[in-house]
Amino acid sequence: MDMLKKFAGSSLFLPVVALLVLLVFNTIFVDGFLSIQLTEDGRLYGRLVDILNRSCSLIILALGMTFVIATSGIDISVGAVVAISAAVVCTMIGGRGDGVAQMPMALAVLAAIGVGVLCGMWNGLLVAKFKIQAVVATLILMTAGRGVAQLMTEGQIITVYYKPFEYIAGFLPGMPLPTNIFIALAMVLLVAVLMKKTSIGLFVQSVGINATAARYAGINVTLVIFLVYAFSGLCAGVSGLIESSLIRAADANNAGLNMEMDAILAVALGGTLLSGGKFYIGGSVIGAITIQTLTTTMYALGVSADQLPVVKAIAVVIICLIQSKKAQEMFDAWKARRMSKQNGKKTSVDGKVAEQA
Amino acid sequence: MKNRLNQLIASKYFSFFVTVLLFAILYGAGIAMYKGFMRPQVFLNLFIDNAALIIVTVGITFTLIIAGIDLSVGAVLALVCMVLAWLLANTGLPVGVCVLLVMVMGTVFGAAQGYIISKFDLQPFIITLAGMFFCRGLTAVISQDTIQIENPTWVALASYRVDLGIGFVSIGAIVALLTIVVAAVVLGYTKFGRTVFAIGGSESSSALMGLPVFRTKVMVYAISGFCSSLGGLAYSLIMLTGYNLHGLGMEMDAIASSVIGGTLLTGGVGFIPGALVGVLIQGVILTFISFQGTLSAWWTKIVVGALLCVFIIMQAFITEQKSKLSSKSSMEDNNDPPIQPTPSGAES
Repeated sequence: MDMLKKFAGSSLFLPVVALLVLLVFNTIFVDGFLSIQLTEDGRLYGRLVDILNRSCSLIILALGMTFVIATSGIDISVGAVVAISAAVVCTMIGGRGDGVAQMPMALAVLAAIGVGVLCGMWNGLLVAKFKIQAVVATLILMTAGRGVAQLMTEGQIITVYYKPFEYIAGFLPGMPLPTNIFIALAMVLLVAVLMKKTSIGLFVQSVGINATAARYAGINVTLVIFLVYAFSGLCAGVSGLIESSLIRAADANNAGLNMEMDAILAVALGGTLLSGGKFYIGGSVIGAITIQTLTTTMYALGVSADQLPVVKAIAVVIICLIQSKKAQEMFDAWKARRMSKQNGKKTSVDGKVAEQA
Repeated sequence: MKNRLNQLIASKYFSFFVTVLLFAILYGAGIAMYKGFMRPQVFLNLFIDNAALIIVTVGITFTLIIAGIDLSVGAVLALVCMVLAWLLANTGLPVGVCVLLVMVMGTVFGAAQGYIISKFDLQPFIITLAGMFFCRGLTAVISQDTIQIENPTWVALASYRVDLGIGFVSIGAIVALLTIVVAAVVLGYTKFGRTVFAIGGSESSSALMGLPVFRTKVMVYAISGFCSSLGGLAYSLIMLTGYNLHGLGMEMDAIASSVIGGTLLTGGVGFIPGALVGVLIQGVILTFISFQGTLSAWWTKIVVGALLCVFIIMQAFITEQKSKLSSKSSMEDNNDPPIQPTPSGAES
């Protein structure tokens, strides 16, 4: 009982419960939802694997977004950066029908990630150095970024026939799980180790809670904010690789479309306050998986990709309201008023206590 | 000489002067490069083509002045176009009633966003970002395909031309100009307008002064919703369709126009005529691209993004310069300061 109470108070409560609800719903309504088979060539196959596979790019985006939001910023350009990174890798490998790469894939992959980091650094420069509000600074790249991606692909969808390119989001020969799950795992582990072994997490948190105080405490606030956006760009770059490998093409219009919303939703669901400060990497990861499960469930129910944002927008507003201090106070005051009505006698005392709180 | 320059930079209208100058240079370059730019109709077309953007920019300027933001404008515009097209196609309601319905819808949506933001003290960008996705999604729920408007009254309105002697303008352009005038008057000469600037300067001080902060904030977002839906009507008059992707990225165009026209993103400063010139600058860039003929339309977005960057950085520079000047002048001579430091509240 005690443990249950502790769990209910923890940051993981909301995303885990939401995930469980979705899983139970799917188990009841979708046939064979939980079954996982091993195919002949040693691959795991099933809906759960599929959800995990699809949620990888979102998990990676959510990692970067968690740090950005923890510094009380936001990065709404990630979707566009995903498109740019996808455009870079696909134009460099090239769409030759005979499956030959124009440039070595390693180089193309590095370039795509590098461009992602560059985009992140640009955002970081605007936010940290020029003190532009994070929304507006990243809004520039959000709308202009897709234009850049369009120019790179010359307005066309580049399809890559080079075989090894599929391995990024597909199965390496002999592996039971798709490669991108390992990529996501590696990035989560990397971040977790950094959090445990260094004080970076503490720096980010203190900048988010009070940037001025952090500066007086000797933290290089400008550098921390800059790095946080650069890391978000890196995550978006990796995510772009996975997204383009999934469809083996670069589609400047649709790659990473609406992903910024998913990433913000995942972070908020994971318990990180959108006003900055305390953040939860584990919560964001589970949040991302939950969002992907929600997306898959909605598709199964026949909701189209265009209509899905309605559901997600409502979810964001509800989570914001739950997190909001004001709403909490109002709820407490309302509860106190009801209690005092029932108790009758203690009216004035309870009412006053509630108001003070 | 240097003093004069400093005075100019410290002037409230400095970024407006820069904007007007930029517009004149761009237009002059257009005349030098293409003969067609000389025709007065090309100038009037700027108003016709950008009527919707002008109206939306006015709304977003209100939210920027109170140091808020409204990212939902483009999506509300798309929703209004779609609902209007749907109503005209599927119900027998008269045009006037349909227009009234969509206007009320947009305004109520804006007010609801404002209510959530102010009542629960949430960040405006996250709520309006959610609002943007909500409206886009809702537009797709109504129809994923384009809905044509074939209502004869609406089509007649769309093709109606107001002759000005040197050329003609559309009804949308006239509505846009009226919106500019009304907004400038409201911001500059009413109690409400003063309160808006005061909230932008400092929300807590305004509350302590006894100004109706909550009510004004909700009203500002309602105005933004109202302008988005009015912009939607103007857009619908040009496009004559309802479509899910109408007005995509318009929020950035509007914010860019407002900022180029002298609105400070930190709140408290804004200038409606400046916002108009900001839109016209974007219009000239678009005209350039269409006259040039070979450039991809994607360049517009990139150029607008770059312009926005330059102007924001310029603003940061001016603000720094101003604070330097005011601290210097108060140190030098208290009786007759050489430079009048401007208060952070601004004229409209």
